[in-house]
Formats: sequence, C-alpha cells, structure tokens
Amino acid sequence: MRLVATKLGLRVQGRTIVDDVDLDIPAGETFGLVGPNGSGKSTLLRLLAGLCRRGTGQVQLDGVAISSLSRREVARRLAFVEQQTETSDALTARNVVELGRTPWINALSPFGSENVRIVDQAMQAVGMEGMGACPWSTLSGGERQRLQIARALAQDPQILLLDEPTNHLDIHHQLSLLRLVSRLPMTVVMALHDLNQAMGCDRVGVMSEGRMVACGPPADVLTPDRLGRIFRVRGSTLYDPQDGATLFRFHNLDETH
Amino acid sequence: MTLATAPGVIARPNRRLFCYGFGGIAILLLAVFAGVVLGETPLPLSRVANVLAHRIGGAALAADPIDAGIIWNYRMPRTLVAAACGAGLALSGLVLQSLVRNALADPYLLGVSAGASTGAVAVTIMGIGGGAIGISAGAFLGAALAFGLVAFLARAAGGGSSQLVLAGIAGSQLFNAMTSFFIAKSANAEQARGIMFWLLGNLSGVRWPDVALAGPTAILGLLICFWHVRAMDAFSFGASSAASLGVPVRRVTAALIGAVTLMTAVMVSLVGAIGFVGLVIPHAMRFLVGARHAALVPASALAGAVFMIAADIASRMMISGQVVPIGVVTALVGAPGFAAILIHRRRLP
Repeated sequence: MRLVATKLGLRVQGRTIVDDVDLDIPAGETFGLVGPNGSGKSTLLRLLAGLCRRGTGQVQLDGVAISSLSRREVARRLAFVEQQTETSDALTARNVVELGRTPWINALSPFGSENVRIVDQAMQAVGMEGMGACPWSTLSGGERQRLQIARALAQDPQILLLDEPTNHLDIHHQLSLLRLVSRLPMTVVMALHDLNQAMGCDRVGVMSEGRMVACGPPADVLTPDRLGRIFRVRGSTLYDPQDGATLFRFHNLDETH
Repeated sequence: MTLATAPGVIARPNRRLFCYGFGGIAILLLAVFAGVVLGETPLPLSRVANVLAHRIGGAALAADPIDAGIIWNYRMPRTLVAAACGAGLALSGLVLQSLVRNALADPYLLGVSAGASTGAVAVTIMGIGGGAIGISAGAFLGAALAFGLVAFLARAAGGGSSQLVLAGIAGSQLFNAMTSFFIAKSANAEQARGIMFWLLGNLSGVRWPDVALAGPTAILGLLICFWHVRAMDAFSFGASSAASLGVPVRRVTAALIGAVTLMTAVMVSLVGAIGFVGLVIPHAMRFLVGARHAALVPASALAGAVFMIAADIASRMMISGQVVPIGVVTALVGAPGFAAILIHRRRLP
C-alpha cells in the first residue's frame, strides 16, 4: 500500500515540532527515518498514523485520505508500534498480541479459530511462541518490544510504522527483527538511531529540526558532509570483505583529540 | 468450513458462556433470596415462600398481610436496588480504571459521587430547578460537573496518575463542603438529620418506584459496558495505543463516561454516596478472572450486586433493632481492601 503525505506539520505551544514534510513511499518499500534527538521523527510517525488531532497536512493510503476513514478502517490498513508502551494490567504475552485483532472483531463476535491462527503466526514471527502465558510484568524490555511488533503484525496491516523498533533488543534480536522487517511484504516506515541499520533500508529520510532535509537511497543521503552538519559526527566508512557492505565508524566532531 | 465441523467449533465457547451465564444468574437469585429471607425480623422460610409464591407465582392462597408488607414492599425492593447499585458502582469503577489507566480510579475517590450528592441535595432542599428537574437529574448534573472539574484539574496539573487522585480529593472536598453549606443554609434540623443519614448510604426508604429507576439504569450501563469490552481491552496501553488499534477514542470515552456518570448519579440519588464498591470489586475480580474485559464486565457487575446485597443484610442485622448505614458496612470491608490494593501495587514492577 502506497503511503503519501503532503505538507505534514505540528505546532505545540508555539513550538514547531514537524514542519512541512512531504513523503511518497511506494508499496513494499522499507523506509528509514533518521535524525538527531528531538528532530521530529516520532511526531512524524504519529502524524503518518493519523494520531495527532492538531496536526496539519494530509496523509493518503493508496490515494484515500486518512481523515476520511474511521479509526477502525485505518487500523486495518496501518499498524503503529510506539516507542514506549506500558501497562499495569495483568495481561499475558498472548493477550497483548490478541489486541492486534481489535480492528477486525466486534463486541459480539467470538475470538474465532482464524484469529487464533493469526495470533500464533505473529508470535512466531518475533520468536515469542511458547511464551504466550507469561505475564507482561515479568517480561524484559526486549520481549515487550517484540510482543508489540507481533501485536502490530496481528493487525494484518499493509503499512507498518515502527518507532525505534530495535531499542531494548539484544544484538541477535536486532538483526532478526531487521531481517523480518525487510522480508515483510508490506510498506514499512521506521525511525532508527543506528545509521548502520538505516543503510539496510530501501530509502532513508533525514530529519533535522522538524524538517526533512534529505531523502533517497542511504548511500546517497548519508554523506560525510551531511553526517557532519546534522549529526555532528565525522563518519569514516569501513569495508566488510565478507559481504561487500560498507559501514560507518563515527567520531565526535565536538571533541578534539 | 464444512457443515460437519461448524457446530463443534461454535458450540464449545457458547456452552461455556451458558454455564457462566446460568451460574451467575443462579448466584444472583440466591443472593436476592437471602436478602428477602434475612433481616431485622426473623421470618420462617415457609412464610417467605408463601409470599413469593403468591406474588410471583400467582398462587391462590393469600399470605399474611404483615408478612407480605415486610417481604414484598420492604425487603424485596431494597434488595433489588442494592443489587442494581452494587452492579452500577462496580461497573463505574471498572470503566474508570480502564479509561484513565489508574488503579485507584473510582467514582467515590474521583469526586463523582460527591458531585452527585451535591446535585441531589441542591434539588431536594434548595429547590433549585423549581421542581422541574428531579433529584436524579440534579445528581446527574452534579456528577457531570464534578467529573469535568476533576478531569480539568488533573490535566492542568500535568495529567499524571497521582495528579488525578489528588484532583479527585480536591473535588470531593469542594463538593462535600458545598453539600454541607446547602444543608446549613436551607435545611431545618429534621431535614438535615435525614440528609446526613442518606449521605452515609441508606437503603431504608427504598420502595418499588426506586427499583424501576435503578434496575433499568444498571442494565443500560451493563449493556453499554458490554458493547465496549474490546475497546476497554485496547486501552491497556493507553488512549493513543487504543486509537492506533482502531478504537474511536473520543466517542468510546464519551459513551463510557456518560454511562458512569448516569449510573453513579442514579445510585447516589437513591441510596447516597457509597464508597469502595467501585474500587475493591473490580480489583478482586481481576484476581479471579484476569484482565480481559469480556470476563471482567459481567464478573464485576455480578460481584458488585452480590456484595451490596450482603452488605445490606449485614447493615440490617449487625446491631439488633437498628439499621447501620450501608456505606459504613462497605467502608468497613472496603477500606482494608483498598489498603491491600495499595500494598499489592507496590510489589508490581
């Protein structure tokens, strides 16, 4: 599903958080959002999900304005995993994933076998099968993060928005998550902190002070000059002979050695 | 799906549902029966059965008119109103805890009951509205006003969990002070005594017309809650997460808060501000049936109803020859329950 945003913006108490962002993400693309802290990545994702009531601009899903759809219709097309999710309810791991079926069932329909199968698959996709009975309060940050992603998958969306999905994850699960995401047949937009992870995206958008200052294939966008200006680091590229990939090593520009 | 497998797949959850449904109704009927049998005046079972057979079953033999008066016009409406109030208050607490994501949310602690009391007192003794609006309508306006004020105050203070509870305390104090002011200003000594007794929670004056108000209100509230069980589940991770799961947050919140305000207002206008039911019952049910609202809603309504009937029986029998206000009984049980919740919450990470 194609995701098009025009002139997205949000001002809160006179402060501009996101300013005039245009995006056009074709179906099936994995799009990375990078930028320093406070550059507006999370807010942009919330705007794309249609969750900011005071936001300006328009989001279209396959040409249909998100504002013309009900929340339920949006949730069937688009799933969003926020950065911090907490609950004090005594939910089990499986209960959390089952929440993903909310847009597909109503108060009267029982939770049928088809829904059970989808929940099973989603838990399997993030490697949480067999942990369904564990109480949420006993799970680690990484396990919770993976469950939220499974919950989003259970929504059976065509667009997936992820806010720093690799946060809290150990290195093994970071890599398996990125592999999972890149193989998903859906449009994915994810905010990332690790620029090396962003190198694996089809395209990357660089956010700075609420604006999208660059957008394109990672190698074209993450240039030494831009790393210096936006992220205040000097990046030297290293070559991995094993798979021919280039990766960054960073040095802080503010420090003098 | 073939015809051969379809009935099996569908029948299993339904059969369980029927078991729970019948079990619940049986428990409720048993509690109502106990409420009718037990009381200040001991009546043998046979005479109670006589009256019930005459009234419900249309049995020809006429029951003793005094027995009939006690059982049919005094204990029965009282017990039914207690059940409706218990269910309504427990559901109100459950809904508030789910929506505002706060374990201590309850119509009593958030000042909604205090607002309803103020509204009811204003209509009763000050004649506000000139008789055009009933006591329940006055209570509804008071409850809505209190809820709005507390929600606004909590948001202005930063919108956190403890801010809401503190705002609830401020709201309760303000509305209780207003109630006392109205009483001091306009009520004569006898009215004041009556109102003070009612404020503590009292079912003594309850008659059949009150059942006609409390019963439908509790059933309406229950139906609204039932319709939104999945939405309340989706609120587990907050309103924003509920919205991204496809819940129309503003409409659902408006419907549920409306139901809470209505139930609280009607129950308070009938029996006074009764505390702790809305707080303790939903938490006790979470221990028993888990966090899913599809189970929590019926379980809380049932447990609330049974708890209130039991509290009413206790209030009639605790001191012989005297009826203790039911609010005193629920507080005697509820306050330790409240303490247990506080201690239990501390242990959670």
